[in-house]
Amino acid sequence: MHKEDDVVYTMSKPKTGYQAGVKDYRLTYYMPDYVPRDTDILAAFRVTPQPGVPAEEAAAAVAAESSTGTWTTVWTDNLTDLDRYKGRCYDIEPVPGATDGQFIAYIAYPLDLFEEGSITNLLTSLVGNVFGFKALTALRLEDVRFPLALVKTYPGPPHGIVVERDKINKYGRPLLGCTIKPKLGLSAKNYGRAVYECLRGGLDFTKDDENINSQPFMRWRDRFLFVQSAIEKAQAETGEIKGHYLNVTAGTCEEMMERAEFAKELGSPIIMHDYLTGGFTANTTLSKWCRRNGMLLHIHRAMHAVIDRQKNHGIHFRVLAKCLRLSGGDHIHTGTVVGKLEGDQASTLGFVDLLREDHVERDPSRGIYFTQDYASMGGVMAVASGGIHVWHMPALVDIFGDDSVLQFGGGTLGHPWGNAPGATANRVALEACLEARNSGRDLKREGGDILREACRWSPELAVACELWKEIKFEYATVDTL
Amino acid sequence: MQTLPKRRYYETLSYLPPLSDAQITRQIQYMLDQGYIPAVEFNETSEPTDVYWTMWKLPLFGASSPQEVLQEVRSCRDASPKSFVRVIGFDNIRQCQTMMFIVHRPH
Repeated sequence: MHKEDDVVYTMSKPKTGYQAGVKDYRLTYYMPDYVPRDTDILAAFRVTPQPGVPAEEAAAAVAAESSTGTWTTVWTDNLTDLDRYKGRCYDIEPVPGATDGQFIAYIAYPLDLFEEGSITNLLTSLVGNVFGFKALTALRLEDVRFPLALVKTYPGPPHGIVVERDKINKYGRPLLGCTIKPKLGLSAKNYGRAVYECLRGGLDFTKDDENINSQPFMRWRDRFLFVQSAIEKAQAETGEIKGHYLNVTAGTCEEMMERAEFAKELGSPIIMHDYLTGGFTANTTLSKWCRRNGMLLHIHRAMHAVIDRQKNHGIHFRVLAKCLRLSGGDHIHTGTVVGKLEGDQASTLGFVDLLREDHVERDPSRGIYFTQDYASMGGVMAVASGGIHVWHMPALVDIFGDDSVLQFGGGTLGHPWGNAPGATANRVALEACLEARNSGRDLKREGGDILREACRWSPELAVACELWKEIKFEYATVDTL
Repeated sequence: MQTLPKRRYYETLSYLPPLSDAQITRQIQYMLDQGYIPAVEFNETSEPTDVYWTMWKLPLFGASSPQEVLQEVRSCRDASPKSFVRVIGFDNIRQCQTMMFIVHRPH
């Protein structure tokens, strides 16, 4: 169905000489007959035009302003082949029930517009100028199809799910984590103690809070040293491999790399980066270093809600998730579906697939606008974190499956007996759910019973189950796609 | 209020009470249902840095029932009672190890 050689172009090149002036974008950039090429970058934008602006003109304006267009013609247009470089709006799809003229514009961009291996360049083009464009009330980038030709220019995750499991010797189950709290104000030694207690109790990983960088109360180097002692002690005691996401996010790339190098020197298995506040350039640099140095990379997503929360404006997280997979990271936060930060389940599982699977088919019911192929690029573990506790465990295992990290912060540290018993409660709940699931029991219906049975022999779990209330998990999702 | 005792653990499913043969059978059945290739391995110690345990024979490529695998678990246990024994699973499509759980700890 892809026409490679006989593409019908709208004539962009003037037949006569240079004609100065403003002409409608749609004359050049709206091409409903265009058949996208396999090498095109495709984007789905949710466009809300200003009243009175026709859909084709608004959509064409988006295509123009995110590629070759400027508001007026310029003579140097005539020195290039616009047909080779321009973005093209090839389809417009109305949004059912929208009262503000909202529609989805599909735009194809030629491969040549983008630098290889640079998410920074790609986003600068796709979402750089156009979001403040006057002809639009609002604009949201819903999805992007990265062609294989471009995918292959990105490093992808430093290790990916398979290699991570081999490195940390954990198979057939989600990993367990916990963010150390309080977020701010612990001394390095006290902080390390909290880490040790969590890890010896049965967690695989603990995590620096994103706010923890290198403040006066706890400088990064002191934290790294005490945390490493905690990891080594817990590992020797339990016989299991342990880690702590040492946050190397810093004010400059040089400082970031210095922290990463020190973590490696200590023997830490994993470090952490905030990829949106830190930026894609820093993230890709760090990720490549991680692959060269055998270091796992956990990615936090501070600031994402600023970009992805509004239904009609910004960038959907599935795009930010795909960008992260290309830029590089072994874990990324995805929301929990069930906890304090709720996300629509279908849509969340849609981008979880985009993080973990090698090939994902278009599925509008899950917010996936384009079929995406990753050409065997490594997968990223989905991290569910925030407001979850033992009673959520059956639902979390059912929803996220094995290739995930379940992070219980308050749900570990808030246990009446402290971190270690709190960690054990979570580990027991997890393994009880796995044993039951693999034995053919239905976690959705029998989750409560499975936990209550385990409470009979695990006092740590019994106390946790008593403290936190049993939740009734509703599987029906509100379709907000 | 209780203090968590210091104990050794052995990764997946080691926080549960030791699995009965019936429970082990169900886990192996799950493995076969997923299309994984089961194998048995054993080791005298359980240091986390010990990446490889010794294979008990070869992976059971042709196993069609969990009993066949359980039988090998039993022979391995009988032959080296002072060793740790675990069942692991391989996925030849994803080309990796996918499962691992402890089925025997000495003492």
